[in-house]
Parts: sequence; C-alpha cells; structure tokens
Amino acid sequence: MSTTIKPYLRLSGLEPLIVRPETNFVNVGERTNVTGSKKFARLVREGLYEEALSVARQQVESGAQVIDVNMDDALLDGVKAMTEFLNLVQAEPDIAKIPIMIDSSKFEIIEAGLKCVQGKCIVNSISMKEGVEKFIEQAHICRSYGASIIVMAFDEVGQADTKERKVEICKRAYDILVDQVGYDPQDIIFDPNIFAIATGIEEHNNYAVDFIEGTREIKKLMPLTKVSGGVSNVSFSFRGNDHVREAIHSVFLYYAIAAGMDMGIVNAGQLVIYDDIEPTLKQLCEDVILNKNNDDNSATEKLIVFAETVKAKGKEIVKDETWRLAPVEKRIAHSLVNGITDYIDLDAEEARQKYARPLDVIEGPLMDGMNIVGDLFGAGKMFLPQVVKSARVMKKAVAVLTPYIEQEKEDRKQAHIAAGTINEEAAGAPKILLATVKGDVHDIGKNIVGVVLGCNGYDIIDLGVMVSADKILNEAKKHQVDIIGLSGLITPSLDEMVHIGREMKRLDMNLPLLIGGATTSRMHTAVKIAPEYDNGVVHVLDASRSVTVAGSLLSADQKPAFLDDIKTEYDKLRIDFANKKTTKQFLKFEDAQKNVPQIDWDNFEPIVPTFTGSKVIENVDLAELVPYIDWQPFFIAWEMHGKFPQILSDEIIGKEATRLYEDAKLLLDKIVAEKWLTPQGVAGFWEVEKIAPDTIEIKDKSIQLQFLRQQVKKAAGQPNYSLSDFIHPHRKDYLGAFSVTIHGIEPHIKNFEANLDDYNKIMLQALADRLAEAFAEYLHAKTRTDYWGYVKEEHLTNEQLIKEEYQGIRPAPGYPACPDHTEKYKLFELLGGEEATGIHLTESLAMFPASSVCGWYFANPDSKYFGVGKIEKDQLDDYTRRKKMSEEEMTRWLRPILE
Amino acid sequence: MANIKDELKKRILIIDGAMGTMIQRYKPTEETYRGERFKDWHIDVKNNSDILNLTQPQMIESIHREYLEAGADIIETNTFAATVIAQEDFKLEEYVYELNVEGARIARKAADAYTAKDPSKPRFVAGAIGPLNKTLSLSPDVNDPGYRAVTFDEVAAAYTGQIKGLVDGGADLLLIETIFDTLNAKAAIYAAKNYFRANNIPELPIMISGTITDASGRTLSGQTLEAFYVSVMHANPLSIGLNCALGASEMRPHIEELSSIASCFVSAYPNAGLPNAFGEYDEQPHETAHIIEGWAKEGFLNIVGGCCGTTPDHIKHIADEVKKYQPRELPELESSLV
Repeated sequence: MSTTIKPYLRLSGLEPLIVRPETNFVNVGERTNVTGSKKFARLVREGLYEEALSVARQQVESGAQVIDVNMDDALLDGVKAMTEFLNLVQAEPDIAKIPIMIDSSKFEIIEAGLKCVQGKCIVNSISMKEGVEKFIEQAHICRSYGASIIVMAFDEVGQADTKERKVEICKRAYDILVDQVGYDPQDIIFDPNIFAIATGIEEHNNYAVDFIEGTREIKKLMPLTKVSGGVSNVSFSFRGNDHVREAIHSVFLYYAIAAGMDMGIVNAGQLVIYDDIEPTLKQLCEDVILNKNNDDNSATEKLIVFAETVKAKGKEIVKDETWRLAPVEKRIAHSLVNGITDYIDLDAEEARQKYARPLDVIEGPLMDGMNIVGDLFGAGKMFLPQVVKSARVMKKAVAVLTPYIEQEKEDRKQAHIAAGTINEEAAGAPKILLATVKGDVHDIGKNIVGVVLGCNGYDIIDLGVMVSADKILNEAKKHQVDIIGLSGLITPSLDEMVHIGREMKRLDMNLPLLIGGATTSRMHTAVKIAPEYDNGVVHVLDASRSVTVAGSLLSADQKPAFLDDIKTEYDKLRIDFANKKTTKQFLKFEDAQKNVPQIDWDNFEPIVPTFTGSKVIENVDLAELVPYIDWQPFFIAWEMHGKFPQILSDEIIGKEATRLYEDAKLLLDKIVAEKWLTPQGVAGFWEVEKIAPDTIEIKDKSIQLQFLRQQVKKAAGQPNYSLSDFIHPHRKDYLGAFSVTIHGIEPHIKNFEANLDDYNKIMLQALADRLAEAFAEYLHAKTRTDYWGYVKEEHLTNEQLIKEEYQGIRPAPGYPACPDHTEKYKLFELLGGEEATGIHLTESLAMFPASSVCGWYFANPDSKYFGVGKIEKDQLDDYTRRKKMSEEEMTRWLRPILE
Repeated sequence: MANIKDELKKRILIIDGAMGTMIQRYKPTEETYRGERFKDWHIDVKNNSDILNLTQPQMIESIHREYLEAGADIIETNTFAATVIAQEDFKLEEYVYELNVEGARIARKAADAYTAKDPSKPRFVAGAIGPLNKTLSLSPDVNDPGYRAVTFDEVAAAYTGQIKGLVDGGADLLLIETIFDTLNAKAAIYAAKNYFRANNIPELPIMISGTITDASGRTLSGQTLEAFYVSVMHANPLSIGLNCALGASEMRPHIEELSSIASCFVSAYPNAGLPNAFGEYDEQPHETAHIIEGWAKEGFLNIVGGCCGTTPDHIKHIADEVKKYQPRELPELESSLV
C-alpha cells in the first residue's frame, strides 16, 4: 500500500510549516523590517540586537507564522546586519521555530541571509527586472540553498499594474522557473504588486481590483503556486490613520483571499476582524477597494471625509510603548510593576550613569519601584505570580550593577590600604536566613518567601533544604543575620523546629525566629516552639505576611510592642489549648477496637490482583499524566485561593490567575515536549492476613503492618476507624502499595537560577509536584482497572477523580489515616527500596526527590479516607509494643497525634 | 553499472555497519596510523581513521570485504572526516583530495569484486560525507550566541574538495550522514549541486541521513524530524533517513514518521543499542536484527544497516531478517492540491 504526497508548499524553521488549502492565509510578520519599522531600524543601527530580537519574538507571539527580515537601510551594512541578526535568531528557539522570509532588494543580502538559516526560507524577492539571464541565475542560487521564492511581477519594461500585465509576467516567470531552472511549482510564490489606492489619482482607483482579479487568474493558470503581497501598501494614502488603514486591510484581504491570495506581509498583532468593522466604514472601504460607485473619485472622497471624523478618536494600541518616553526612574518602576525584563538592563545602565554611585540606583529608583510593588501586593492589587516576576526584573537590574559596586568596594579598599586607614563598610540591607529543616525536602513555600522578602529590600541567605540545626545557627552567626526563618512541610519537621528553638536558647542567641510551611500552625508554634525560646518566635502564615512581620521585627521602635502582642496572643492560645484538652472524650483503646465498621464480609470475595510482588511501571509518558493534574493546589502554592477552574474567571484574581495558568501551561508543554522530567513508579500487591485487630501481616514476607485507630468517642452508630478494618477479619485478602516520583528537575532549576528567573523556577517546582500527584492518580486508576483490576469498568472525569469518587483508597503513611511516618520503611522495603523506587527517605522520612507520592492501596468497596485524630496513652503503649520501638522514639514520631 | 533505483524497487538494500568498531579490532597503534608514508609526521595522527586509506589500505579493504560478505549492498567509503576542516586537527589538509580518492577506490575495488562474483546482486559505493567538528547553526561561545566558528562558504568549500575526491575515486553515490546541524548538510548539498553543475557532469544520487540526538526527537540544532526533511528536500535525494545516536528501538518512531512523509526512499542505520556504562555497545546481532525485522514487516524501509557498535555479524543478521519482506513502496506524488 503506498501513500500519497500532496504538492503543498513546505517551509521550515525548527518546526515545519505546511501550507495546505485549509491553512487559509499565512501571516508574515512585518515588524522586523528596517524600511517599515523605525523602531527596528534604530535598534539595528545602534546594535541593540537583544531588543531587536524581542521585536521578532513579539511578532511570533502575536501569531506571525513566518517573519520577514529586511535590512535595506542606507546607513547599514546590509550583509553584516542580516548575518548578525539571523545568527542571533537561530539561537532563540521561540523565534527560530518559524520559517524566515529573507527580504531585500539586493541579492547579495539575500544570499548572506540564506547562508545563516538551517530551515527552508522564502526569498523575497527576485524578478525579471534586470533581464531573464540574471533572473535565471538568481533562481538557481536560491534553489541551491533550498529556498522558496517570491517572484515580483516586474520585467524589463517595468512593474505590472494591470491585471493582464500581472498575469502575463507571472506566467512567463513560471515557465522559466519550472522548465529551465527546475523549480517545483509549489515553491513559487508570486507578488503581483499591491499599489496604493484612493490617492486622488483616477488611474490608481482600479489597483486593488487589478490585484484581486490578477490573483484569481494566476491561481487558475498555475494552481500550485502561491500569491503573496505587502498589504499595507494598499492604504498608504491614509497613513497616520491606523483605524481606517486597518479596516482597508481587512476588507482588502477579505476579497483577495477569496480570490486565492495565500499569504501576506502584515502587522500580525493589528488585524481587525472583517465582521467587526463598523458597517459605514466597511461599505466605504468596499467601494474604494472594488472601485464601485467611484465616478469622479466619489467613493474616495467619501472615505477621506469619513477618515477625518475618526482620526481624532484613534484606537487602543495593542502594546503601549509610551512609557518608554518617561524619565529613567519611572521606566524602572514601570518595568518592575509590570514584570518587563526587555529594557531593564538598558535602564539600569542609564540610571547607573546618572547617579553618583551604583548603590544609589538600588537604594533609589529600584527600591522605590519595589516599594510600589510591595504596596500594591499588600493592598491586594497585585498577586504573588506578578511579584515573583517583579523580583526577576529586580535581580536582572542588580546583576547589571553588581560589578560596579564590587569595583567601588575594591577601589575603596585599595585607597584605605594606600592611606593606611581601616576599611569599615557600612552595614547593608538587613539579612534574613532561610532554610528548610533537616529531614525535609520541600522548598516551594520557602523560595516564594525568599523572593517576596528579597523584593522588599532584604538580603536573603537561602541555605536550601535538609539543613541541620548546627549549620543553620553557624551560618546565622557567620553572616550576622537579623532574622532566621524555618520552613517544613512534613510533621517530623515540627520537632526539628522545636529543637532549633532550644538550641538558640542554649547558645544565647537573640535573633527572632520565624516559622512557616504547610505543616506548621500558629497553635503549634505557640504551644511547642515559643516556650522554648524567649527572644521572639513568630508563625508566619504565608509569604505576603512575611514582609510586615520582618518589618516589625527589624524596627527598633516597633519590635518590643510587636513581640509583646505576639506573646500575649500565644499565651492565650496555650491556655485555650490546655483547657480544650479536657473537652474531648476518649474510649478505652480495647473498646475502640471493638467499635469497628460493619462490613458485610460474608458476601465478600477478595479480587486477586493480576500479579503479586512489586513491579516497576515503565514507559509512562508525561503527556499521559497531564490530564490527571489537579490544578487547585497549584494555585494554592502561588497563594491564590479558590476553586479551579472558577478561579480563572474570578472577579478579583481571575486575570492574574489566567496569566499564571497560561504561563504554567506553556512551561508544562515544554516540559512534556522536551522531556525535562522523568516519571518513575512502582506498584505492588501482596496476599495479607489480619493477625490482630490493627495488625496486617504480608504473607511470605513476614512483614507486619501496624495501624492506628480513631479513639475519640463517637456518636452512637459511628465506628472508630482503622485502616486494618478494610482487610478481611479472618480470611486471606490483598493489599497494595505504590510510590511515584518525578526525576530530573535539578538541571532546569539550576538554569533558571542562573538566569535569575525565580518565577519559572517556582513554576517548575510547583508543576513537578502536580505531575507527581497526577502520576499517583494515573497509577491508582490503572491499578483499579488493570493491575489489581478490582473495578472492571470505570468512567470518571478528572473532577470525579479529584473528589475521590472511586472505589478503594490510597492513604500515605504520615498522613491522617495512618499518621505514623515510620511505616514508610516497610512500604519502601516491599516496593524494592531506593533502587526500584528512585526515592530516598531522609531521617525525617521525607521523600527525595521532593515531587514524590507513596501510599497503600485498599480495594474494599467500604474503604474510605478518615483521620485518626488524637490517641490516648493506652493505644500509644499498645502500638509501641507492636512496633517494638522505644517509648521515647515512638512518642517523638507520634507527637502530633498525642494529647 | 546497475541502476540503484531499480534495485531499490526490488528489495530492501543493506548498507554496511560501523567502520570505527572494525578498525579498533585491529588494535591499531600510532605506528599503524602513520604507516611508512607518515612515519615522520610532526604530530600524532592516532584515531584519524581516514588516514588509513593511505597507510593501511589492505585493512580498510578487508573490512569492506567482511561487510560485503555479510550481505551489504552498499558500502560506505572510509572518508567520514576527510575534509580540510576536520583534517586540520592533524594538519593533513593538503592530503584531503587523496584521502577521498583512495577511500573511494578501495571501496570500489572491493564492491566490484563482489558484483563480479554475483552480478545479480550489484554492490554500490557510497561516498561518506560526515558532519564536521564545526557547526553553522550553533555558537561554540555561550556568551555570544551570534558567533560562528566557521562560515557557510568555508564549509561548502571543504565539502566541494571532498566531493571532488569521492567522484574521481569512483563513488556511485554521495551519502551526507550523521547530520546534527542541518545548515552544514545544506552546505554539503549546495557544494554537490554546484560541483556537478559547474563541471557539467551528471549528478550522483545523494543519500541524506540525519541524526536525532535524544528523546526530544529533534536534531542537535533543534529541528523536528519533519522540519529537517523539509529543509533538505531540495537536494531531491535518493533517500532520506536517520543514523547514529539512537539504537533501533529508540529510532523506530522516527523511522515510522519518515516513512510516512518522505517522497523518496527511506534509510536507517541505527547504533547497536545505546552505550552501556563503559561507553560500549553491547546489543547483540540477533537483537538488533529482531527490532529491524519489525520495521521491514511494517514496510518502513528501503535501505537498512548499522552505525556505531555494529559489526558484519549484525549486518548478516539484519540482511537475513529483512530479505523476507518487500521494500517500502514510493508514495505517489500527486499533482494537484485537491
């Protein structure tokens, strides 16, 4: 069976562009053209290629499918400019992904361009203007570089203006190219010349009609060729009146595309939709373009009159660049508030030259800008993702200034040495040390706090994750920090924080200690940490609060009162806590063990899994996981609270949430397409037997799993749950376990860090976490229907998955239904340890890589999630005996659930 | 001489396996590479495989013969790095023409001997044109992305010199291979087309073989497979394909894609799996052949063989497996859009 291949025009950048009949119209971006864009011309002349690239990038973002690059400027060395610019474009995958149209009236510039681009280009243009011989030679050269060509309807006599001339010249060129040069017809694109209409000269009135009708005839005679044109020429006589010009372009294209025009050079961001043009204007444009009702230029006159009336109004510009005209301080503030990195290097340098010292730029305009950001954030008018983008701008500006600041320091030092005096540097910004405590690997929240505090002028020393107490305290002393901030996500981290508080007291430190992270709470801080250390322990709920807290603690005026308030508040919490303790009633453990859920075991037949033992789940594609992503926690990581997807249309944060979501999807696409991350998972199933009310034995392994049971006295008829209740009380049954992890984040985090891009770094971490959770969800679904197969058919939406509307559960050791983290050792042993799972357990039993999930599988239809809640001493004693651990150790691990 | 297009319509043609792997079996020393002729050369030439065309021609010929014996229809000349740019490392630029002429001659002699033994199975010599150690789309300086270590004209001139030698030495085909930067390949195509046109000699068929470097599915210079193919279509190649970097199992989806979009013949010569922890290839001949059999069965293939780590034994196994299957039929080129 052989396939067929159609004679489409095929172009390429890093990606292919196949022009099929249904492609309709190919937008060629026109702004990277020095003859058409003053701004681009200036940027190239001044050698500001970085910004020139951002013009190209903006075209791509606005929907250009090809970019036209033209360097024909009397003040430029065109060959050199074309070469330099195209070489730089090749290094920018987001631009180089689309094909390039190399545009010049000088063939040497075209050839220079062809030597720089690996993709299949379009040459714009060649013609028979200087005779057939030269035309053939140039066509041969273009073909040897593999380019498609635009042939302008131009011959020895001149440029074709009428329909007949256009068709005649194009047909003649076609025959030469196909028969003599060997061009494929689909690689030939004609430009039958778009000339200005409504100029007041009667001979010009039919130019648009000539183009449209010429196009129709060319496509009829030579159906595989394409027709292109420079659209903005047609409205040239209305320059200065973009509103009318855009309407003319839109109406013109409407008719020209219908006649067979395939592509055009347009400002990709500025095309109005035909149907959106106001009817009066549309009618006037049609008359002028189609040369109807136009005796004595009457249609032209009417359009001119109409144009006068709208001239004043104008139209909202897609991208307002007027802020660039403001003084440098204002521009810096604008960049910071809007998170724009395009100009910050330039502006920082300009400010450096303007101010006496480079440090003045940081303390002056940059801090002023960040204060605006801080105020807007504090007032709820900016949201965390925007603040992180602002921080990225700030970092880039500081990077520009740092070498000069270092140089200044060195100069002063040398001056002091020369003069024999002592060098005393004045104290800089207040320093805050941040660390995720020993045994814990989670740092998204800590990174966000670091960025937000950094934005507010603090010098952040971030020690990273899994940092021991003595390292934290030694570094704090070494750097003479002003505040220590601790972060943790898993419950054992709470003890580590208590330990650090004690150590600070022992070492007679007097720095304030900030406590944050998902597992921490005001109550825990008040009850457990604050009593250990007297010089200020403050729980900080989220990044936005960290700024005011740090501000209060570092102000000599405010600090005493602030700490007094905190102390009063925490004392009250402690008293409440002590009083509340007595309010709950508990059952005796033996009674709780009798109050089990009623499950109809007589009619229960356990489903045998398709395999027993553990199995590595291979070849999972990231793309398969994407549909399983639960986005709500992603927004929570960015401190944007609300239900997904409703959050996207929320009145207050909807706009920013949507931007964040779009940025996230872009990065996610990249992660998936370029395989940045690698999922690794293991699942296992074993035959089990319940050998005691809260003990499950894995057959053949002689591993005993121990579970904890709810002990609070319940309402009548309500059972005291333990996970062991979901296993058959005396016959054989099955239990499963799984772990999933996402590898490979580190090099990309390093890249983002090197680019001073906290925004994408945090985004990547948050996405990796989501992918790990999605993998767990995916694997659970496979387990239900396939590996274990206890559900034969299942049709659940992602929403239903998130709401856990499936049969069976997958609780994780350390979380509410089985709060003892140390059972994780058994889970990982069963799954084949570190090698099989790719997950390392820290001494606090956090999983590394941080984006990991594990848990038990219970299949019983009556199994459900619950929280064990607090337990009593009698259960602790029994559990300690079963676990064969010392009471002290067991108490330490179970502290969060002990009264 | 038989027309390779006719043969390609009849059966899947076998291209040979790795040259480097086979040379290493001789455990060559610096002296081996130098031979008599370059015994006093002022710098070391070890690992310059191409110089062996001049110093150890019998070694190269016997490797060719082993592959021909294993069933190869197409053998590649030992000229992967025989350009002025690549030979600069050994200061052997002035010998480039000779390296190519001799490389082609040695292969020609071996191929003709086998064709004479069995005229029903004509053997072909593909002049191997490698990718160069300098690249046109990428800057070697991370701080200066616009910088290029070499120009298009220099690359095209280097390839022109190589092509002249290969043609004069009697190659049947030109094989532009292991392409990780499409612009280098375009310079080679440009050189070939202009060489034939300027000297008014009939064009030799061109085989083009790119390299997808990793799981991203792109070339090192960032192109997707289809973009790569579109960028070299103007060569009007005899075949388009992939070689190196990937083993057969990793290469499969890409070959499948190529076979669906290519208007010319499709070639593939993967490595013997992926290198192990010691950088060695340990995929066994029957394993490689088994995977490739699957491709042939699906009708993806016209030309198949091996790259790094493959041996005559691999080629023999591959040839035995694929001979049961019909070659991929060329797609029908339509002349209208609808």
